[in-house]
Amino acid sequence: MIDLIVTGDNVIDRYNDYSGAGALYISDDKIESFEKQKADPDSVDKNARFIDAGDKIISPGLVDMHVHLREPGREDEETIITGCEAASAGGFTAVCCMPNTRPVIDSQEVVRFILSRSRFSSARVFVIGSISRDLDGKQLSEIGDMVDAGIVAITDDGKSVMNAQLMRNGMEYAGMFGIPVISHAEDMNLSKNGKVNEGYISTVLGIKGIPSIAEDIIVARDIYLSKFTNTPIHIAHISTKGSVNLVREAKEEGIIVTAEATPHHFSLTDELLRSFDTNLIVNPPIRTQADVDALHEGLKDGTIDCVASDHAPHSPEEKDVEFNQAPFGMLGLETSVGLSLTYLVHKGVLTIEGLLEKMTVNPTRILKLPYNGFQAGSLADVTIIDPDLEWIVDASKFRSKSRNSPYVGYKLRGKAVCTICNGKVVYSENSMG
Amino acid sequence: MGIRGGHLLDLESLTAEEIISILDAARSFREVIDRDIKKVPTLRGITVVNLFYEPSTRTRISFELAEKRLSADSLSFSSVTSSVQKGESLKDTIQNIEAMRTDMVVLRHSSPGAANFLTRCCDSKVINAGDGAHEHPTQGLLDIFTMRERYGRVKDLRVLIVGDIKHSRVARSNIWGLKKLGAQVAICGPSTLLPYEIEKTGVEVFSNLDKALEGVDVVNILRIQRERQDAGYFPTLREYTLLYGIDATRLKRLNPGFTIMHPGPMNRGVEITVDVAESSDSVILEQVTNGVAVRMAVLYLLMAKEPIADKEGVLTP
Repeated sequence: MIDLIVTGDNVIDRYNDYSGAGALYISDDKIESFEKQKADPDSVDKNARFIDAGDKIISPGLVDMHVHLREPGREDEETIITGCEAASAGGFTAVCCMPNTRPVIDSQEVVRFILSRSRFSSARVFVIGSISRDLDGKQLSEIGDMVDAGIVAITDDGKSVMNAQLMRNGMEYAGMFGIPVISHAEDMNLSKNGKVNEGYISTVLGIKGIPSIAEDIIVARDIYLSKFTNTPIHIAHISTKGSVNLVREAKEEGIIVTAEATPHHFSLTDELLRSFDTNLIVNPPIRTQADVDALHEGLKDGTIDCVASDHAPHSPEEKDVEFNQAPFGMLGLETSVGLSLTYLVHKGVLTIEGLLEKMTVNPTRILKLPYNGFQAGSLADVTIIDPDLEWIVDASKFRSKSRNSPYVGYKLRGKAVCTICNGKVVYSENSMG
Repeated sequence: MGIRGGHLLDLESLTAEEIISILDAARSFREVIDRDIKKVPTLRGITVVNLFYEPSTRTRISFELAEKRLSADSLSFSSVTSSVQKGESLKDTIQNIEAMRTDMVVLRHSSPGAANFLTRCCDSKVINAGDGAHEHPTQGLLDIFTMRERYGRVKDLRVLIVGDIKHSRVARSNIWGLKKLGAQVAICGPSTLLPYEIEKTGVEVFSNLDKALEGVDVVNILRIQRERQDAGYFPTLREYTLLYGIDATRLKRLNPGFTIMHPGPMNRGVEITVDVAESSDSVILEQVTNGVAVRMAVLYLLMAKEPIADKEGVLTP
């Protein structure tokens, strides 16, 4: 029995390289069939819900491969449920959660806890385990046991693994299980006490800087480790011109390296820090125009494979403080699509197909997620996007439990207007009926 | 004219005209504090709170005296004896104090931008008395005032700032203020203590002190902190003194009629020798005296637009 039909003139399925009219026939949580022509509401089962997207884009569900859900440990900032609601409102049907929770995701118990908490959430949660136990950078977590429980990658995100031997071991060990290592690339000696990009702005504002070389040096190291061990490395939140060049050269050499960029790194520069807005404090820091230009170039030529938000909720009492006391991180899930369309697609950096590739098939390929686009038998996860809808970012409308976005008040062009996960409509703008 | 925005947060955003108006007002107040009765009724009925989250002797006393000489009601708060020890945030602290109806806040804090932050969580006028390594605008103003009174001008003066530029809010405020008034500014210190791309502010950059001193009119010597040695910025204080200490022999390279300045507190025998500090070319204590006059000028100009005070006609110094 067909429960839901989604049809429109503008299906873009990057998994199957299809752009054109189409109709999805969804039964329960699976795609029953996909037809490359619009469905006629009069000739289908009247019991099925019928969504006509018109000329809006119908894509396989978007994936955000870099999200902090804060549960367990900081449920005051976000929970698995609220984080997934934010994902749904932002157009994402799947998120990958980072392991820097309390306790750290370094054992199968924590992995199973998160998966059980996400059973009734509005988005799929894929868990990323830690490289080192309690993120201490010294001893490997029980990676094999966590793979058995379902993790899709390992990382010590939030911290860099400063011991190259441990990083090597992590990569070789994860390689046995076919999962990638995600590198938070930051030389922690060079970045110590830093809050913002080291440059003219940090000099003028008198804020301790984090130099671009803190990232570049570890990216170079991890590329060498990847080459030597012949295991995949994924560079998280790439932010510098130097790192983009390193990844580009490594790819040309055939090294199995991939990278993601966040909307804040490709849309903001450190000039904005003159406002001393603590919502702009992120790690790695927002950089200079030259770095933003390099990210655009890297997104365009394929050096950067994915757009991921690094959604990092923080409570108001943590962010509404003096500049040097505020923690790193900003919200991302609910602004990612709008920012990507506004700053990449509408500015001519990427085509809409190019952007969707970085939000669907590329993260799926890197993490081996169970998605294969619009095919019979596939998971019924769908995102409908209005690429021209103009809207103003309004903190009071966030589904996230936190409010720490520097984009509040920004006018964006483009938005996810309907999100379907597991065959259920989990988010819908009024315009979608 | 008043100060735009109603706060004094930095010198970077002030215009040359605004700086001149403060310096001119400070000249009138300097005359007041040299009188036998050192008090004017200008800020009668105005309440000023001095919030000091970092240890300070000179700046705090200077502000307190400036407030008292303008007849303001003032009180001082130091983080050591307050609810900060109980974990009260800056935002809560200021909102509680303001609830007692205060008009102005003077803030010293270790975080860059702390004064800017304060303007967003209260309605009082805010004066930055030093925020991390960002700015210390009243110190910059009093340094520039001291030069201006001594030379009768600031334009084309050759000023050298020596020491730990990287961590110095005094250096930044001096650079902005002096550049705006047309001085030629140079900085000198070990390369490890010169911040990234500082040359973009328009200063000349030296690491060789003897070269830097050639043809200079004013040397402003910054305090060097021992903790910079511990953090590895230079090997020892002994070597720092050898390379960057100002002693009498080095002064020969300066222009005739040169001036020695230091914002204090001094490490005698480290960045400056005793004979240089106490020589007739040193205006270090004059700076301190001028500090009160400059702070009176800032307090006055920030409150100058208050209509209630206008009516009583007490605003003219």
